[in-house]
Amino acid sequence: MEIKSLYREIVNEHNLYPGHKYDLENPTMVLQGINPSCGDDINLQLRIEDDIITDASFNGSGCAISQASADMMIDLIIGKRKEEALRLAETFMGMIKGTATAGQIESLEEAAALQDISHMPARVKCAVLGWRTMRQMLEEINK
Amino acid sequence: MNPYRKDFPIFEGNDKIYFDNAATTQRPARVFAEMTAFNDTCNANPLRGLYAWSVEATDRYEQARHTAAAFIGAAQDCQIIFTRNATESINLVAYTWGMANIGEGDEILISIMEHHSNILPWQMVARQKKARLVYLECLPDGTITDEEIESKLTDRTKLVGIGHVSNVMGVTNPVEKIIALAHQKGAVVLVDGAQSAPHMPIDVRKMDADFFAFSGHKLCGPMGIGVLYGKKELLEDMPPFLTGGEMIEYVTRESATYAELPHKFEAGTVNATGAVGLEAAIRYIQEIGFETIMKTEETLTARLIARLRETPHVTVYGQEDPSKHCGIVTFNIEGCHPHDVASVLDTENIYIRAGHHCAQPLMKWMGVGSTARASLYFYNTEEEVDRFADKISQVRGWLGYGD
Ligand SMILES: Cc1ncc(COP(=O)(O)O)c(C=O)c1O
Repeated sequence: MEIKSLYREIVNEHNLYPGHKYDLENPTMVLQGINPSCGDDINLQLRIEDDIITDASFNGSGCAISQASADMMIDLIIGKRKEEALRLAETFMGMIKGTATAGQIESLEEAAALQDISHMPARVKCAVLGWRTMRQMLEEINK
Repeated sequence: MNPYRKDFPIFEGNDKIYFDNAATTQRPARVFAEMTAFNDTCNANPLRGLYAWSVEATDRYEQARHTAAAFIGAAQDCQIIFTRNATESINLVAYTWGMANIGEGDEILISIMEHHSNILPWQMVARQKKARLVYLECLPDGTITDEEIESKLTDRTKLVGIGHVSNVMGVTNPVEKIIALAHQKGAVVLVDGAQSAPHMPIDVRKMDADFFAFSGHKLCGPMGIGVLYGKKELLEDMPPFLTGGEMIEYVTRESATYAELPHKFEAGTVNATGAVGLEAAIRYIQEIGFETIMKTEETLTARLIARLRETPHVTVYGQEDPSKHCGIVTFNIEGCHPHDVASVLDTENIYIRAGHHCAQPLMKWMGVGSTARASLYFYNTEEEVDRFADKISQVRGWLGYGD
């Protein structure tokens, strides 16, 4: 997808009218993720009960792609078991690296729209910021 | 039509608008033609020459040094040390002069507008020598006042590192005044000329700079060749930076005596092809002349700033007067992250820089995370400026805003 259509069709909506950009009342885990080189900054908040992500939100600032990607990710992971969320993160990273299959990519639903970011090396870290932060949080639990 | 455009193969047959000249400039065909000629007629290791090609290679290399010396008004060729770029030039001074002359409790004074290349080497010296790194602050438009200079220079100031032109603000700093005042305090001054040498005539002697650094790739030359100018007494007293071949006179098992200037600072096989390319670039710029270069940039910058100022939601940073921008126009569009701005402009074949411009302390001081920057050179055109401004007014729409 050409980048302007990507913004128009997906990114702008999630960036300007995010569904999950606020502070959770009682998160069980909070982690800040930053891209020092571009100043993208998100604060990811999860409520995990019995290994299930029962609620999630984020706050932060940064480019539209970083913010929209985090918002789309949260759409996808609420209600998922943590192993499943980790698998989705793996798929998202694989999609950006160009190694995920079409079937896997489909499981990302709307977030699959960010597939073409893989052709824009400078923007990759924006797209993966939310996913990278979530993975770090969930892997922390497994330790 | 801009008469210089045809000299640049990269502009042929496309409508790309290259507005990232502060990062690196484009090169005219003749720069590479000269490098190819060197390659095809006399490539050999300079300075070791016992045969014709090597003698010729040495001549070409030293001729390049002579041209670079004349370009910035150095008294003698031996005051020109070839490096890879401005960054290496500054590091050379920090690791040699800095480490040898700066001690505990001393002060290193730099400005808040410095490029990371003129910050990190001094942080290193300050850390290792327990010296203090002090910052010259500027006004919101980038002006450094006389009072600020006078209040920050003390008897403990050993070195002042100052960017001649800020790569974010485009403002030209009062280097002559800073140098004069610093000298009264016995401090040595390094001028980072990375953004000035491409845009204005430089006279290191008139300026009375102790060190002056610049990069070839920002003035139509190839990447990988830069210059450090230094006052001879200082250079002679400095220990070498890197050691090895080419920079010695005499080596025994335990010790060595170093070669004379400038070779003392040019260890190993040099970038002769790069130097030849740099020389071609300098000659090209000299043929056009700074008068023309400055006039063209000023006209384009004035037009660009005027157009941006009349575009809703756009903030332009730096000086009010376009002639004080050195072709650099840093701006933001309300509600739009600069990276998104650069990405959508890319789809319009417009190339600009976005981010922190290797000046994070300045960004913090400006109170912005990052900015977008359009930087012009003499080969840009009014048509490009107009097309750019037209597209800037559409950016908010592309990023989902209703106006
Ligand atoms: C003011 C300033 N100083 C230093 C540098 C570093 O130049 P180079 O990367 O060629 O060493 C730059 C380049 O962006 C600059 O703008």
